[in-house]
Amino acid sequence: MKTDVKNFLKYRYLLFNLISRDIKVKYRRSVLGLVWSILNPLLMMLVMTAVFSQIFKFDIPNFPLYYLIGSTVWGFFSEATNSCIMSILSASSLIKKVYIPKYIFPLEKIVFAFVNMLFSFIAVAIIFAITGTPLTWTALLIPVPMIYTLIFSAGMGLLLSALTVYFRDILHLYGVILTAWMYFTPIFYPINALPEFMQNLIKINPLYHYVSYTRDILMYNTVPSLETNLICIIYALVSLFVGIVVFKKLQKNFILYI
Amino acid sequence: MNIMSKNVIEVNNVTMRFNMSKENLDSLKEYFIKLVKRQLFFEQFTALSNVSFNIEKGDVFGIVGFNGAGKSTILKVISGILQPSEGSVKIDGTIAPLIELGAGFDMELTARENVYLNGTVLGLSPDFIDTKYDEIIDFAELQDFQDVAVKNFSSGMLARLGFAIATVVTPDILIVDEILSVGDFLFQQKCENRISEMMKNGTTVIIVSHSIEQIEKLCNKVIWLEKGKVKMLGETKEVCDAYKSVTK
Ligand SMILES: Nc1ncnc2c1ncn2[C@@H]1O[C@H](COP(=O)(O)OP(=O)(O)O)[C@@H](O)[C@H]1O
Ligand SMILES: [Mg+2]
Repeated sequence: MKTDVKNFLKYRYLLFNLISRDIKVKYRRSVLGLVWSILNPLLMMLVMTAVFSQIFKFDIPNFPLYYLIGSTVWGFFSEATNSCIMSILSASSLIKKVYIPKYIFPLEKIVFAFVNMLFSFIAVAIIFAITGTPLTWTALLIPVPMIYTLIFSAGMGLLLSALTVYFRDILHLYGVILTAWMYFTPIFYPINALPEFMQNLIKINPLYHYVSYTRDILMYNTVPSLETNLICIIYALVSLFVGIVVFKKLQKNFILYI
Repeated sequence: MNIMSKNVIEVNNVTMRFNMSKENLDSLKEYFIKLVKRQLFFEQFTALSNVSFNIEKGDVFGIVGFNGAGKSTILKVISGILQPSEGSVKIDGTIAPLIELGAGFDMELTARENVYLNGTVLGLSPDFIDTKYDEIIDFAELQDFQDVAVKNFSSGMLARLGFAIATVVTPDILIVDEILSVGDFLFQQKCENRISEMMKNGTTVIIVSHSIEQIEKLCNKVIWLEKGKVKMLGETKEVCDAYKSVTK
């Protein structure tokens, strides 16, 4: 444990270096990089608002904000885990030649996705301003659901990055799983539009809790209950635990399969 | 036990097996078929079997053997790149592995950017690299090429830059795998000088070299590997004479 911490500290510069390289590629090389990462969710929001609140007539007050918060939290989870999948495989030339703690690579992808989410929150702020939605003190709790989602995603990312070294099928399967998972998360529909048994089913989905938590504190001025917090924490910790255990067990032989 | 005979490296019964059937595991379906048929992990290649030796502080330890004997493999096990299938390795101190120079280079980036990238790959802090940057570039003789993408470099230039970065801190243990055969004569001379300097400062060195003369000149202890097994281990003269009688 102590040597793990020492090891991490030694390689933190590499972590920063890799993250800043990703950020440079995404945001600096094209002037429009940052603009697009704000504009893209906003345009998507317009489409979704047109489709779901006008055509399907979902009865959600302030649908644009409802959708945008949901899709931002979901987008982070989806980008983080999806980019983790290839993280070990694409670092293979490095892993084969020098010793580096291997978790650096999925971790870097997760932190990068987190930075992207922070930029996406600019879009959320713009919609708050445009729709004149008041923010109350409960919004100050925003780091809480972000940290829950971060830990949950980190666990999933570690798990996926390690398994993919052995089973390349995951590369193809995970896209399908993510799509199904997204429909299973109330991003553009209200959960109470579903029959009760579906509602109960969706409450198993950790992302449902993280998305609702964020909406509760930003839009509905509600502090989620102790029970909700416990559910969120347990999901996050179980995910992290499984991710770390599997990763630690499998990393020993990564080099033989990449 | 006195301080002089302190082991800095202990290699205990190390066996390294490589999987020769990696492409078979590419799909889940094949994996399960193989699992059911119990064919999994059958095609293995043993690159090292039951290798043990100790290296004491200040030793200059040579490894000889024919191609494919497992010399590079044991170096990778010692530097932590490979985990042994069986056995263990105990290391006391920091390692500078000169196994593949410039392993962390990104070909699209400039020499300057790569110094920082490769430095952090080796665990150095950017502040520290700042203070050593000029020294690195001087040693590598790349003053006029600092802002050129390294994809335009010759292999000699890459080796110089890689060597300069990897040896910027004096490590406790230096691992040298036939890298002295790249680059021109002058550069080899320069590398040897830097390595000798480190030896004087008490760095423990492990050398793999094609040149038996180099091994005889530098080492005080030599191991001879043959097909992954220890053929001989002992004083330089003894082992080198035996090795030379076979190669002749
Ligand atoms: N990653 C690997 N996968 C499979 N076989 C390998 C791998 N690395 C090395 N080998 C095999 O192990 C043996 C020893 O290799 P090596 O240690 O590079 O020999 P050398 O003594 O020439 O440095 C060789 O037969 C080589 O083919
Ligand atoms: Mg070799």
